[in-house]
Amino acid sequence: MTPKDLVTDQEVRWCPGCGDYSILKQVQTVIPELGLKRENIVFISGIGCSSRFPYYMETYGMHSIHGRATAIASGLKSVRNDLSVWLVTGDGDSMSIGGNHFIHLLRRNFDVNILLFNNEIYGLTKGQYSPTSHEGQITKSSPYGVIDHAFNPVALCLGADATFVARAMDRDPIQLRDVLKRAHLHKGSSVLEIYQNCNVFNDGAFEIFTEKATKKLTTLFVNQGQPLLFGENNNKGIILDGFHARVVDMEQTSANDLWIHDEKDRIKAGILARMFDDPSSEGAMPRPFGVFYAESRPCYEDLLNNQIAEITSKRGKGNLDDILKGNSVWEIQ
Amino acid sequence: MSIDTEIKEDVTIMFAGDSGDGIQLAGTQFTDTAALFGNDISTFPNFPAEIRAPQGTLAGVSGFQLHFGSVEMNTPGDALDVLVVMNAAALKANLKSLKKGGIILANSDGFDPKNLKLAKYPEGVNPLKDGSLDAYRIFEIDVTKHTKSALAGSGLGTKEAERSKNMFVLGFIYWMYHRNMDHSIRFIEEKFKKRPELIEANIKVLKAGYNFGETSEAFNSRYEVKAATMPKGTYRGVMGNQATALGLITAAEKSGLTLFYGSYPITPASDVLHELSKHKNFGVKTFQAEDEIAAICAAIGASFGGSLGVTASSGPGIALKTEAIGLALMLELPLVIINVQRGGPSTGMPTKTEQADLLQAVYGRNGEAPVAVVAASTPSDCFKMVFEACRIAIEHMTPVIFLSDGYIANGAEPWRFPKSNEIENIDVRFAREKNKGDKFMPYLRDEKLVRPWAIPGVPGLEHRIGGIEKEDVTGNISYDPDNHEHMVKTRAAKIEKIADFIPLQQIDNGSADAEVLILGWGGTYGALKNATAELVAEGKSVAHAHLKYMHPFPKNLGDLLRNHKHVLIPELNNGQLIKMIRDKFLIDAKGLNKIQGLPFYTADIKNAVNQLLK
Repeated sequence: MTPKDLVTDQEVRWCPGCGDYSILKQVQTVIPELGLKRENIVFISGIGCSSRFPYYMETYGMHSIHGRATAIASGLKSVRNDLSVWLVTGDGDSMSIGGNHFIHLLRRNFDVNILLFNNEIYGLTKGQYSPTSHEGQITKSSPYGVIDHAFNPVALCLGADATFVARAMDRDPIQLRDVLKRAHLHKGSSVLEIYQNCNVFNDGAFEIFTEKATKKLTTLFVNQGQPLLFGENNNKGIILDGFHARVVDMEQTSANDLWIHDEKDRIKAGILARMFDDPSSEGAMPRPFGVFYAESRPCYEDLLNNQIAEITSKRGKGNLDDILKGNSVWEIQ
Repeated sequence: MSIDTEIKEDVTIMFAGDSGDGIQLAGTQFTDTAALFGNDISTFPNFPAEIRAPQGTLAGVSGFQLHFGSVEMNTPGDALDVLVVMNAAALKANLKSLKKGGIILANSDGFDPKNLKLAKYPEGVNPLKDGSLDAYRIFEIDVTKHTKSALAGSGLGTKEAERSKNMFVLGFIYWMYHRNMDHSIRFIEEKFKKRPELIEANIKVLKAGYNFGETSEAFNSRYEVKAATMPKGTYRGVMGNQATALGLITAAEKSGLTLFYGSYPITPASDVLHELSKHKNFGVKTFQAEDEIAAICAAIGASFGGSLGVTASSGPGIALKTEAIGLALMLELPLVIINVQRGGPSTGMPTKTEQADLLQAVYGRNGEAPVAVVAASTPSDCFKMVFEACRIAIEHMTPVIFLSDGYIANGAEPWRFPKSNEIENIDVRFAREKNKGDKFMPYLRDEKLVRPWAIPGVPGLEHRIGGIEKEDVTGNISYDPDNHEHMVKTRAAKIEKIADFIPLQQIDNGSADAEVLILGWGGTYGALKNATAELVAEGKSVAHAHLKYMHPFPKNLGDLLRNHKHVLIPELNNGQLIKMIRDKFLIDAKGLNKIQGLPFYTADIKNAVNQLLK
């Protein structure tokens, strides 16, 4: 399989310059490297700009209804644990109308990969604020500024006991490909939040993290077992001061004192997730990218199949005539 | 004193008391014993809305109605011959259903000042004592006292001892109707396997109740109801929801598909989930979803993966599933949606029955969104019709709505169950190969207008489906005006074609040219059957046909209806089937509507027919 084998005959219809193009390209680049068979891959989406994604992947796919891709995938994985199932969703689809199914899928830990395209806006409906829009944001439906408090998707996933949570961005393809692979390799529900620029309705929402001039100071790339370093030539580091993360100057700090990233540590993942300051504010912590958290926990579909196997071995395979008959019968002569 | 035994053709008896009194258990025990003896039976439990409403109050009354006899039983009975009441509230709530001259068997302990007050009788009034019940035959027994004295020295606490009161009553009724206690004794031994002291106590109280009838001189009559002359065969008892679960398992076995059942708890549909979740050794996958929408969407996902996806609910839950039903019909995947109807609208009356979701089933979606709809007529018919729903869903690649209702879902009747080899297989055809040259076209249809079911895992058949309007044949997104009209018409024609694959409508009773045709559907079958039988016996020109295929209708329905001067459509709603019949056939049908959360009585139907015959 090559990336070309994953391209469909359908014209891609996102707006020119949309961040979705980059994500599609990275996905089509990574999947051939995963050792999967094309016929065993399913892409499922809900509604929104990102949800057109399955039409552009030459795999099995379903473009379903708003917010429900997670619920549909739950049924599919329950009966077909042989399939590699990928969900494509947006901040409106997963955090708003589909919020309930999203958290329940995570707690059950179905083995699926969720690509959450977060552009902090409703694009398909032409520019209303979303549950991840920031307070004060001016949009079509908030001409005087958003008053809703925004969701922090990574913190939400950790709160729902997700077993794999990561963050990437459309404009950093190398890191994006890296976490896409990690998401696939994780057995269980993997959530990959991808900052995605909507150049029509919310252009530049993430440019402070993506532009050369600011990226070094505003972003923190975490790697397992590595100290948390950022800034020009990694001149800054992060230490854990009790339960608080604090930025330190590396000229005055030993690398040995830094916070060493441990993606198995739920508490630390929570602290990392809360590094969610407005990046333009004074003294803002850098925004983390990479794998926040990864733990191994049994998947729902395996528990379901195991339970059936166990009961069947104990009671024997069900006999239709026996249950039709029931426990108590009588004869009429 | 001599005790007479009177022979009766049929008896309707109700056990009523607090929801904690073990009324349902006593009722089902008597039912099983009657069935084993060979009576025909029909039962209906009547639960209070609250799980444990305050003791002794009217809201807390739980009832179990049983109709058994030596003739065919079609309903749980219109009026009661015997009313067993554990307290004053149970009497007050059910007295209106008792025939004049009927028997009241009252636990006198439940008529103390406290219970009388809770039942809202005026101060100082005890209906058992004030002559207000002179039109009935009252038998008072201090069940509480007798139960306690039977258990004196057993070591059981007062509370635990009092819990066996239902066994005393049951024993007494067994005596009254000449029934032996073997079945209930076996049941008690099984139920309390792990607590031998309770086996002993319950059997002791059961026997005490029986012996009380024998030795007490208060009762001068016993009754005998002979075995019924039912068609030969092996029978079991079955409740509607249980039959539905068995029908689903059977459909899965007969199609070779895995049954995936996505459901969210709701009254009165939850028992289907309970039953199915017991049968994991059939490979049944039950999924208790986070909500109604997830339940149906998961079922759609399972169908996409090549399983038999089923979801169930009652009216409010079906409303939530509506958008997903629309998706399934666009995807043209098999899906069965079960609606165990209850009183509506909104939350309505969850524990009461109604037939008011027919129009929701047939029409209740956005856009032009036809699906197939079938309905069961009796508890055991749930087995057959839910199997039909699965067959149609799989063979025609469409969502099918199966309508049951609270009355037949919780009602029970004897069932001459089929052997598995008497049931036909369901034809499953998964696509294995490309269907147009070197391409696979997911919406290329066969002669039934059915598209191929291509499940993930087959190389070369990769394709995308979705809720957006799709181009004919290719399934690609399309906003083309002519294509949209073509697809809407094609989806409708596909559903209409199902009529070629269902049985023609039969007349259940009466002649094909009778002056009045009673056209019923769903759970009213028993009442309509009884009424028709009585009217026909009286020489009236009446026939009864009962619809089970609600959409599309059987192909001969129009002709059948036009053979009658009057068509009467009784429904437990404000007139729904009648709208469909008038719309489709331009027939001046007359409605008979009851919207009280209660089933029809035979008399309701007979009066309406006699009006038309005037």
